[in-house]
Amino acid sequence: MSRALARRETIAGYLFMLPSLFFFITFVIYPMVMCVWTSLFNSTMGKEAQDTFIGIANFVELFQDKIFLKALWNTILIVVVSVPTVCIFSLWVSSRIYNMPDWACSLFRVIFYLPVITGSVAVTVVWKWMFNNYYGIFNYVGTSLGILEKNINWLGDERFALWCIILILFTTSVGQPIVLYVSALGNVDQSLVEAAQVDGATDLQVFWKIKWPQIMPTTLYILVITTINSFQCFALIQLLTSGGPNNSTQTIMYYIYYTCFKLYRYGYANAMGVVLAIIIAILSAVQFKVAQEK
Amino acid sequence: MKERKNKSPYAIGSAVVIAILAFLFAFPLYWIVTGAFKTPAAINAAQPDWFPVEWTLRNFEVLFAKRSAPLWELAVPFSETLTGKTVYFSVGPTPPAAFRWLINTVFMSVAAMVLTCVTASLAGYALAKKRFWGRGLMFTLIVCAMALPKQVILIPLVREMAALNLSDTLWAVIFPIVGWPFGVFLMKQFSEGIPGEILESARIDGAGELKTFTSIALPIIQPGIGALAIFTFINAWNDYFMQLIMLQNTGSLTISLGIAKLQGENATDFGLIMAGAALASVPIIIVFLAFQKYFTKGITMGAVKG
Repeated sequence: MSRALARRETIAGYLFMLPSLFFFITFVIYPMVMCVWTSLFNSTMGKEAQDTFIGIANFVELFQDKIFLKALWNTILIVVVSVPTVCIFSLWVSSRIYNMPDWACSLFRVIFYLPVITGSVAVTVVWKWMFNNYYGIFNYVGTSLGILEKNINWLGDERFALWCIILILFTTSVGQPIVLYVSALGNVDQSLVEAAQVDGATDLQVFWKIKWPQIMPTTLYILVITTINSFQCFALIQLLTSGGPNNSTQTIMYYIYYTCFKLYRYGYANAMGVVLAIIIAILSAVQFKVAQEK
Repeated sequence: MKERKNKSPYAIGSAVVIAILAFLFAFPLYWIVTGAFKTPAAINAAQPDWFPVEWTLRNFEVLFAKRSAPLWELAVPFSETLTGKTVYFSVGPTPPAAFRWLINTVFMSVAAMVLTCVTASLAGYALAKKRFWGRGLMFTLIVCAMALPKQVILIPLVREMAALNLSDTLWAVIFPIVGWPFGVFLMKQFSEGIPGEILESARIDGAGELKTFTSIALPIIQPGIGALAIFTFINAWNDYFMQLIMLQNTGSLTISLGIAKLQGENATDFGLIMAGAALASVPIIIVFLAFQKYFTKGITMGAVKG
């Protein structure tokens, strides 16, 4: 490549990158750096706030903060319950619908995707009504079928609140995995499947030996996005329970919000953000590692 | 082979189970839409109506009775930094608040979508097809940033927006969405498919860089842009957390925030809240159904390429 051409390539390259780089650096890289930096300060919201450098004191406090540990525990519980159920459920549904007639397959795909499209707030408010102590459909159906003896205050009861949240999260999480699995299963090499069937393989063998390895990349992607989504579960908590009753539905995401915008402890909230980022990064790395070895 | 499998008892049984599940998944949406037309008496009855017995528009009347700010009142970005005071561009009548929220949401989603598509396709093309110093570094940076969770940037962004005087404007929500590097990454993967020889011959024919991009690269990466557009639109529409921390004034709320606010103020008027929820969800569902085919393709392509 001649020098003039190389220069032209460089200039053109940077000009093409420029608009995107501006937004990327200003609104992604800079706040990321600031998050880590501010987590080392005792800092409050507000214009005349004075920041004092306190090193890792925020992090030390974090791991002695009972509410944070409770939030961490709840978040891990949500992830541990919802990620496998979402993956298994969506794989099962997809494997049943992907070779149905086209209209049926897309109809089911659309329906399972509806809660995602409806939007977290609209979904949450209708579930709040359905779970309501007096006017909710769950209590009505439960008591009239004789399953429940009396009305249950689903979201106000420590025993049930978190499970209600997990259920709603589940309905809003399976849409995308189903779309992905249907397309992945449709792309499985049919000649291999047929060859195995000629050789007398059972459906289960065909699935584990042929289809499963081929949809592995999709499974990995679904694991990663479902984990991240479960970690970020926020609207449900904020609108349904505000972390209550008695912190039984407190999650890291909600606690970050609460610390920052209700307690105005800006530096402390950032320290939580850093911890959350590290946990998610480690989990994603582990998932990639495990999947690569298989 | 397929015929036989489809008729086994297991296949029929599971089809029935899936149909029942599908019904349950669609139920909340049905409950929103019918609830929006139920009378307060029907909603607060211990025994719910499975279908509205008495239809009413009362919920929508209450919803639309709330007024907010003039129709078009958009803060010009960076105006305060440049001129010392916030310049508003405002005309038109004062519509119901809910209507205003809907317009805000549409504006925010469309602006985020257009800006993302333009910047990402330019940058993705450069990363894939231009050879320049620092290209590898930039790409690494983008991939690393993508692997980190978004919430890390959200809290510092609130302060940054306040410093830039963008607080409480829709731009505070739009710009971070545009900056998020997933789009650049996706468009880079698509641009890899542009044959180098065509670009080379265009250059020999004396076409300028921008001309080469618009006439050769753009048609090839168009399906990718379509996917990215839908993806960004829906994500922006539903990005509740970012909207919540950035927007406070009644005039600048999005429809999601609006319903959340309604819910906070009238916790038990479920009819009114359902009317709001219907207003928030029905338009986006119509968009989704209209572009369903592209949308499905969009999510799949995003996953395969990503």
